[in-house]
Formats: sequence, C-alpha cells, structure tokens
Amino acid sequence: MSLATKHALPTSLQANPLLGSWIQFGENNTLRVMSGKVEIGQGIQASLKKIATLQLGLDPGQLDFIAGDTQICPDEWYTAGSQSIEVGGHSLAFACQHFRHFFETAAAQALSCKVSDLVLAGGSFSFHDKSISYFDLEKSVDYKQFKLDEAWTGDSFSLKGETASVEGFAREDLQEKIGGTGFIQDLVLPNMLHARILRGPHAHAITDDWQLEKLKALSGVEQVFVSGQFVALLGVNESAIVNAYEKAQTWITWRIKNPLPPEQEIENLLLSLPAVTSEPIIEGAAKEGSISHKARYSRPYIAHASISPSCALAMPTDDQSITVWSHTQGPHKLRDQLALALKMSSENIRVIHVSGPGCYGHNGADDVAFDAAFLAHQLRRPVRVQWMRSDEMAAGPVGAASLVELDASLDDSGAIVRWDASVWSHTHIARPGWGQGINLLGAWSTAQPVPQPEPVDMFLPAGGGLRNIKPYYDLPSLHVKHHFISQSPVRVSALRSLGAYANTFAIESFMDELAQLSGQDPIEFRLKHQNDQRAREVIEKAAKMANWNTYRQELAAAQDGRGLGIGFGRYKNKSAYCAVVIEVEVAEAVRVNKVWMAVDAGEIVHFDALLNQVEGGIIQALSWSLKEAVHWNESGSTSVSWDDYPILNFDEIPAVEIELIDRPGEPGLGSGELAAGPIGAALANAVTHALQIRPRHLPFTSDRLSKMIMDAD
Amino acid sequence: MSEIISFELNGVSQNQNLDPNAKLLYTIRNECDSKEVRFGCGAGNCGACTVLIDGLPEQSCTVPNWSVANKKVTTAAGLKEDAIGKVVLQAFMQEQAAQCGYCINGILMSVTALLKTHPKPSQDQINNSLNRHLCRCGTHLRIIRAINHAIQTLSKS
Repeated sequence: MSLATKHALPTSLQANPLLGSWIQFGENNTLRVMSGKVEIGQGIQASLKKIATLQLGLDPGQLDFIAGDTQICPDEWYTAGSQSIEVGGHSLAFACQHFRHFFETAAAQALSCKVSDLVLAGGSFSFHDKSISYFDLEKSVDYKQFKLDEAWTGDSFSLKGETASVEGFAREDLQEKIGGTGFIQDLVLPNMLHARILRGPHAHAITDDWQLEKLKALSGVEQVFVSGQFVALLGVNESAIVNAYEKAQTWITWRIKNPLPPEQEIENLLLSLPAVTSEPIIEGAAKEGSISHKARYSRPYIAHASISPSCALAMPTDDQSITVWSHTQGPHKLRDQLALALKMSSENIRVIHVSGPGCYGHNGADDVAFDAAFLAHQLRRPVRVQWMRSDEMAAGPVGAASLVELDASLDDSGAIVRWDASVWSHTHIARPGWGQGINLLGAWSTAQPVPQPEPVDMFLPAGGGLRNIKPYYDLPSLHVKHHFISQSPVRVSALRSLGAYANTFAIESFMDELAQLSGQDPIEFRLKHQNDQRAREVIEKAAKMANWNTYRQELAAAQDGRGLGIGFGRYKNKSAYCAVVIEVEVAEAVRVNKVWMAVDAGEIVHFDALLNQVEGGIIQALSWSLKEAVHWNESGSTSVSWDDYPILNFDEIPAVEIELIDRPGEPGLGSGELAAGPIGAALANAVTHALQIRPRHLPFTSDRLSKMIMDAD
Repeated sequence: MSEIISFELNGVSQNQNLDPNAKLLYTIRNECDSKEVRFGCGAGNCGACTVLIDGLPEQSCTVPNWSVANKKVTTAAGLKEDAIGKVVLQAFMQEQAAQCGYCINGILMSVTALLKTHPKPSQDQINNSLNRHLCRCGTHLRIIRAINHAIQTLSKS
C-alpha cells in the first residue's frame, strides 16, 4: 500500500507557500479559511469546510470560509481535473495542521503543560480546568510568514483530523439555493444595465448586416455598443432587451469567414483533417501472438449544456479599477486574462466567484465575464450580461471529438503481448490562461481584436486527448501515437474527464472484444492483467454486486434483449478507481435498467458529497453515451436548444447501486470524473451482450443501432 | 404599451405597470424582485422557471403577463407557507437533493403540484410531472429519493 510512499508538494502550496494565505483571524471569534477551489455545483465547499473545521478543532460556526475572491484567496489555478480534494483539500489540511500546531504550542506554554496533555474542542485548548482559545492567543502567535512548502515532508496524513467521526456538514449553500436564491444570476448592482451580446451560431460567426439604426430603434434599447464585431444591446429593462435581441436575430445574416468542414461520421471527419503526429510513446517490447485484433472507436463533440447559459456582472470601482462577478473555474486566471485583454493592471481587477449553474468544464463563464468587464470598463457603468441559450450552445466551447484505434495481440494463453493505440483528436483544453494568448471569445471580435490562440493540448501524464490512453493493466508492451488536429468545426475546450472518456471507453470495449475472441470471461480477462489490489477489489466488488456470472448467463439464456457489461478505469491512471456493471434492455432504443458501481477514492472526506458526485457522474455519462452529439452545418452549430440537443430525462433514469470503499489514511482522491469512461464502456459491452453487435461509435442512439442491425443482416 | 396588471404573488397582491406581452419570468425576477424563479432556456423546454398559476405548474418563460391577471402565482419562495410545499422543501434539504441546484426550484413546484392532487402518485405520474424538467448534473436519483421521502412524510401526517 502507498502509506510509505512520498507525495509531491501540492501545486497549491507551491504557489501559495505562506500560512497566512490560507488562514487568518476573522471577525467575531472566527477563523477565516481561504481557498482557491470554488463551488461549481459539485458541493466542494462542504468537504473543504469539514476538513478545516476538524483539523482546526473548531465548532462549525467558528469557521468563516471564503473561496475564489482574487483579493483575498490563494490562487489555486482552476477548480478542475478532480483536483479539489487531491490538491486543494490536502493543501488546506496541511495549512490547518501547522496553524493548529503553532497555537497548541503557545497554549501549552500558557497553561504550563505538554502539547499532548491538551484537549482541543470548539477552538479552545484545555488542560484540566484551565483553557485558552485561538482567539485569546491571536496577538501572541506569529504564524503568517511560516513557509508551508519548506515544511512539506511528503508523508500521508488523514484529511479529516482527529475527530473524523463527526457527522453532519450538510451543504450550507443548498439551504439558500433550495427554494431560494444564491446564484450569480440573482445579483443586482446599483444603476445596472442589462446587456445581451449579438452573436451568431458559431464562435467565429460575423456579419456585415447589423443595421445599427434599426437596432437603436428597438423598444427598450437604451444603448447599442459597437466595437468591431462585438455588438451589445443595453437597457434597464431585461425583458425588453431580450425581446430586442430576439428581433435583431431575425434580420442579421451570419456567415463564417473560413468554411467549416462538413458534418460526417467522426471517424471520417478526424481522418480528413490535417494532423500533426508526435513522436510515439514506446514502452516494453512487443511480440506477435496467435490472435490479433484491431478496432476503431469514436466520441462526438459534446456540449456542456448547463441548465442556465453563463452570466456575469461587472462594475467600475474608480477611474482605473473594475470588479467582476463570475462563475469561472479560475478566478485568478480570469483576472490576469481580463487584464491582458483590457490592457489593465491585474491589481486593478478584482474577480469574485459566485455560484452559477452546474459546471462540467470550460463553458461560457469566462467569455461572458469578459463581455461584462469590457462593457463596464468602456461605459463606466455596472453591467449584467446573461448569455442566451443559443450563445452558450453555439459560441461557447464544447468537448472535443476523438477517434481511438486499438490494435493488440494475444498469446496462446490468452495474455496480451502487444498493445498499440492511436488517437486522433483536438486540444481538450483551451481555458483562459492555458498556453499563450487570450482565450476569451469577446476579445477576438472587438475593434482591436486579438487572435484566438493556437491550440495546445495537455501532455501526459495528466494528458488531454491522451488522458487514460495507457491501459491501467499490466501489459508487456505499449505503443501510443497521437495525431493532433488543430482545426475543429466547432470551438473546443475542456469537458469533464477530457480524453479519458473516449480512451477508457475504447480500451474497456476492446478488452471485452479481446476476451470474446479468445473465449475468456470479460472479468477474468481483466483480472488476469491486473496486479493492483485496489483495482482488483473494485472490479470484484462490482461483479459481486451484480451477481455477474449467474445473472449474465440468465440474461443470455433469456434472449429478450437484455445484456450485462462491465467497465473499469482508474482516472488519469493515478486517481480514483471505478468499476461498473450495467444492465441494458434493447428494444427500439437502449434502456439502462440497472447500474452497479464500486468506487475507491481513497479516504472518504465527505460520504454524501462523494456519493453525489458519483451518482451525477453516472447519469451524465449515460446521457452522453446514449444521446449526445453536437451537430453543425455550413453556418455553424445546429445544436442550439434543448430541442436539438436532448439529454437524459427522468423516465430514462436507471436503478443505481453504489459502493464506496473507504481507505482511511490513503490520500483522498477526486471523484468528479471517474465514472465517464467506465460508463461508456460498460454500456457498449452490455449492448454487445444483448445484441451480439458491437457499437464502437458514441452515442448509441436508436438510429445508429438500427443501422448497425440492418448492416449486420 | 404598458398597463396595470394585478395578480397575487406568494399571497401578496401585485399591481404592476407591465408590458402585457412580456414574459412572467422577467416580471417576477425583476419587477417583483423574486429571484428564486430561474431563467434556463427561454423556450419552455427545461422547466427551471416553473411556477404555479392557480395551483398548476407553468413555465413562466413562456407565460405572458396578461394571462396571469387576477390569478395566484406561487414560486419556490412561497412553498414555506404551504403545508405540502413545506414538506417537499424539507425532503429536498434532508436528501441534499441538488448538485448545482439550478433546476431544483422549478422541480419543487411540479412536485408540490403533483402531491397536492396525488398524495400517493405512481411512478408514471411522478415521471410525467418531472418530464418537463431537465437536470444536467444528474441529480435525478436524489430528486426521486426526496420525492419518495416527501410522500412518506405526508402519508404519516
């Protein structure tokens, strides 16, 4: 087990080494704990608050938690990549431990006892009948300049502290949001103008046909702001501005400067676009066995499709400064990008994070923040910009399509002796602050436009398009080729799990194909190549939950369109383990009857928060895999509303059984993205079990399956 | 263009000078300053903006102001004062039935309307009432648990 292994200094502590950047004294006998990991609908604050409260020995009411305010909080990069517990939580816990250590040392001195004699509860250190609190000691302890990076030993520690059994820590934000308010959409600034930006069906749609006089004459429009192709309608009455926006869209004819590649099967599309092939990754020595097999798999472009399009507010605070309210994943990165785009100093921009609709990656949140900041800066007036549904769907980024080719060979014993993988895909990350240039939509279209930066993908080990391309199995050889495609028909960036969705879907589908070709049970075949005990345990647990052997045979014998399939993955090959068995029933469409999932995300910090993330990950990945694909034509995206981008509905939700394996003392691992790839694969494997037809191209719509059945006949 | 339209919002009478064709969603959010009603799609497709109009769930982004004259409009903020709405709210809190929570206020309205007329709804009836609602975070399992929780609580009272 990894208890003895050393862990690298978390990036958050590298960037914010001083203890005073994480904890300070707040008002009214509270400790103010500061984080750069923000609430994006995943409920992270409950877990971070639990960590801080327990590590510091406070009552929950003594904690003043604040996240994502660039003027106050540490810069923790983005709230992304399932890093909020792994990096954010561990950094915060480490800071809290040192803070506590400073004060317990001072308390022991004050109470004339040993540190080990002290009992800490409710922020107060007691020895027999004497006690002294953090707040009593505030002036006598000098902790702020303590360097956490130098104190890091790399040893594992519990995230929960000594009072780990404490229950509770329900999400405080939900008390406000359920039945109430609390979203960025609900903020109102004094003397604020509502704005809508006129945009077409593509991030690069332009027009020569604004008819500005007509725009100005629209009812409720107090101002038409024009800077190049950036045109905004503004007024105090939001409803009137929305009407004006809808009317204007009826006469504007949009076009795209560079023609888009026509929509076609993802495999054909990606193979037809120019690609740069990088030096292959070669590990071990390949052999040729008695059975060889090759197959191609693909995923389409997938929309974030949050329930609300993005929103932001901005306000000039003096001649030189502005404050921006945003549901961005990276407040500090956004601040620095806004400074570049607006030619201001970062010090003169404050970004304050406020909850928005569910965020699953780089959506329009940063773009709309630019829109609001640019308008507020130019007009010297508070502005609220709410994107319309079509803006988010057509001009916001979507997750990139991928094509994955796998080619392997098995020896006579049915063991894998060669494994080759090739991936054709775009960048899976184009966040503002990633790479060079300015990644903010509006900044590409003003009168002094900046170019859209050249796409640069994330390299392994984390990987973008290559994330999880190395199978998490014991293989004697591996060969990976990456064909990087810059040009995409729609704008692409980070979506939950990046390339791991396609790669894990492909690998785990292919494992089933290899098992079938060599006459082995899919689970036995996986275990045969698996020496990581924790991986074996989730696979065995999921199999047991589903009563795999017996139930699979029963379903096969029944021949009634039902099937059972498995999928496994370890996210990024270094994070949480997940194994899932899915039962499908295929008639006109694929219906998922039941999902059994076993998850090992290390030490469980907050049971319900983890469960919530896993449940949501399952349902969203089922939705992607069964239904979702962004479509386009020569003018841009044609997936601009819920009518043309359906997602899973309430009557399509399966029964779900989840087992969370707790590993006290092991590092807590992120859970937001673990389900995506295994779900896609288990679904494909279950469909194959039901129909004896192998779907290799996502999503598994009834049209696609019907065509496969007809072609097979 | 505008006219006085009278309606009741969560038990409080409103006499607002409104564009009769403007959508109720914006009236409630801006003129009435009740931000718990949420904009999602503006096309009646997602259910985030659902309110009760004389007890029936409607998507307020497609409802013109004139059509609510002299009617009773209830939003999620009004559920605290409603015997069934209160139970539904508590059940959603107890089950932590939200991730981002953006879709929830609309869902609370449809669930409350359902349980008022069908205290023990069938699964089909639950699905029918929820099929006008989208949730992108995949909170469906919790939402269904919260509804069953509310049904149980109501059956005991």
